[in-house]
Amino acid sequence: MKIEIANGRLIDPANRVDRVASLYIADGKVAAIGAAPSGWRADRVVDARGLVVAPGLIDLSARLREPGLEYKATLESEMAAAVAGGVTSLACPPDTDPALDEPGLVEMLKHRARSLNLAHVYPIGALTVQLQGTALTEMGQLSAAGCVAFSQADVALLDTDLLWRAMQYASTFGYRLWLRPIDPHIGRTGVAHDGEVATRLGLPGIPTSAETIALSTILTLVRESGVRVHLCRLSAAESVAMVRAAKKEGLPITCDVAVHHLHLSDVDIGWFDSNTRMVPPLRTTRDRAALRAGVADGTIDLVCSDHAPVDDDGKQVPFGEAEPGVTGLELLLPLTIKWANEDGIELSSALAKITSEPAKVIGVAAGDLAVGQAADVCIFDPSAWWKVERGALSSQGKNTPFLGLEVQGRVRYTLVGGKIVHEIDA
Amino acid sequence: MIRNPQLNANGELTHLLTLEGLPADVIRSILDTADPFVSIAEREVKKVPLLRGKAVFNLFFENSTRTRTTFEIAAKRLSADVINLNIGASSTSKGETLLDTVDNLVAMDADIFVVRHSQSGAPHLIAHHLNAHGRSHVHVVNAGDGRHAHPTQGLLDLYTIRHYKKAFHELTVAIVGDVLHSRVARSLIHGLTTLGTPEVRVIGPKTLMPAKVEAMGVRVFHDMREGLRGCDVVVMLRLQSERMKGALLPSPGEFFKNYGLTQEKLALAKADAIVMHPGPMNRGVEIDSPVADGERSVILPQVTFGIAVRMAVMSIIAGN
Repeated sequence: MKIEIANGRLIDPANRVDRVASLYIADGKVAAIGAAPSGWRADRVVDARGLVVAPGLIDLSARLREPGLEYKATLESEMAAAVAGGVTSLACPPDTDPALDEPGLVEMLKHRARSLNLAHVYPIGALTVQLQGTALTEMGQLSAAGCVAFSQADVALLDTDLLWRAMQYASTFGYRLWLRPIDPHIGRTGVAHDGEVATRLGLPGIPTSAETIALSTILTLVRESGVRVHLCRLSAAESVAMVRAAKKEGLPITCDVAVHHLHLSDVDIGWFDSNTRMVPPLRTTRDRAALRAGVADGTIDLVCSDHAPVDDDGKQVPFGEAEPGVTGLELLLPLTIKWANEDGIELSSALAKITSEPAKVIGVAAGDLAVGQAADVCIFDPSAWWKVERGALSSQGKNTPFLGLEVQGRVRYTLVGGKIVHEIDA
Repeated sequence: MIRNPQLNANGELTHLLTLEGLPADVIRSILDTADPFVSIAEREVKKVPLLRGKAVFNLFFENSTRTRTTFEIAAKRLSADVINLNIGASSTSKGETLLDTVDNLVAMDADIFVVRHSQSGAPHLIAHHLNAHGRSHVHVVNAGDGRHAHPTQGLLDLYTIRHYKKAFHELTVAIVGDVLHSRVARSLIHGLTTLGTPEVRVIGPKTLMPAKVEAMGVRVFHDMREGLRGCDVVVMLRLQSERMKGALLPSPGEFFKNYGLTQEKLALAKADAIVMHPGPMNRGVEIDSPVADGERSVILPQVTFGIAVRMAVMSIIAGN
């Protein structure tokens, strides 16, 4: 199958490309850019005039809810959501039921994902057995089964000695650690940022120190062990400052933020909107500004959706009882564009945060459109507005605080391995 | 949910969920409406027919005797039929969700839900659910939700203060004790600031102060003597027994020493200062018996006024 994507604005941040050019795809790979290869005859021509042709998006945190949590979402629904959002590769956290702590579970997940033939799925293995924080998993076997990194998902590690040993062990064999800084004690009963809003609404608070203490612990151990760590989901201004200083010092760290944290603050909890219940919590507008600045200056390497579909039963309860999580695969692109537009960031730089940068952290050859690369492509209309509504989302989870918002940037075609897996009319 | 969820499109009160964001006129009209209901209690026939034929469901997901009883008396004096449901925590263990429970009771033709719940925001959830499903003729009165709000307590506190002190714009009011966990404190603070009280103070240790409480328009004191100086009204908060020993406080004795109201400390307030408490009191923990039973205590009149205020709230929302 030969596909010609004609006359789109080709943006390939990794290769510093941003120009109108046609993309030629053959045998699942990028065959040529600009000028057709000799003897080219396309089976299909996609008219991309006025559209942006970008590498398929790479989402570092998307929960597919399998195995075990199929009442919230299924692989079918969430993989459809991924390609509808232009996401062609995603990493899924180990907080399934059971947790991804055995090779068999990982192989089954990869097999199921492959059979759907949509986005590439990169499982993140559990760092400890059942995420209980007491014993390391068999990281070697899990890596062989396809795990690209190891994490505790949203589960705080009580035992710092185990964390230190995990770092030493992982670095012995070059396994990646993705860690979310959460203190196991401070704020453990909290449900919202410990500030004005939580006080007014009478919600138990989660202070910023719940993040910075754990972050400080991780940074100290990174300094000690030299292990490379990816820090997941920063939420506070102080954390951004700590990471900036640590990077300046030369520590081998990268970090990310969930895209909704670039747009919302605790004020958006409004009158107890349970769709704003998330981990880490939404913090103040000052924190939001610091996170945005952190992404802009590269302190925060990349942006992810932190996709977490939750069923209505999990959200139609009082705020404090609501299950944390935001559905996000289909909003990663428009919310990244919104940030870029609002802060005057070039589209190409913004797209790097959801393509080439996450590719580096996962360590896969993806996220760019060089000749010879697998043709994972996201083609979108950057100026088209659409309204975030339940019916507009393919994900089984409709839990997003952005319901009712008009957003800009609509995915028109998604290609995985040179095959069109998602397509909508203008 | 941009519009204040307790007001209808005409700005009239249809639910009472919190005092936050209620216009001063609405609060004043509730207090004014309560006035004649106070005197009803002194009549031989203590009933008016304002809610005749209406069904008031006391929906208590958290235990309470006093608040439930005063709502029950208020509803009965308005001639409503009252149904008490003590659901406790068991309903969720039986698998029924909060909103399923509500839907079932709506099907039994409830007119007013009086809701108490341990989770902040539960009455908002119910009111939002009713409004979203075309059942806005069913009203919700928050009888206390988590740490968030206890608006009828706030209103009865305002009524009591107005009864003894008249003008809010000349008062200094101190609220003492466990502000962190107190829905009573939050509702009273909103009510007082809305009615123009120039100085509202909160007094307590840092462990019992919520983050950024100053943003609610209060001055924070950790030294009780300093905080009481020149006050017109002293409101003591209840300290839950499970919080008397542990990470927040070392012992009830030490709390009493620092923040218990004694005659000696009360002497620092104005000579005509009144003492209030939402009840039930822990004598010897937050308040000394001679103060609780003393001539400046208005703790029992608070209870009496509470019935009139709850009658006012239910009669107003049922008419909107």
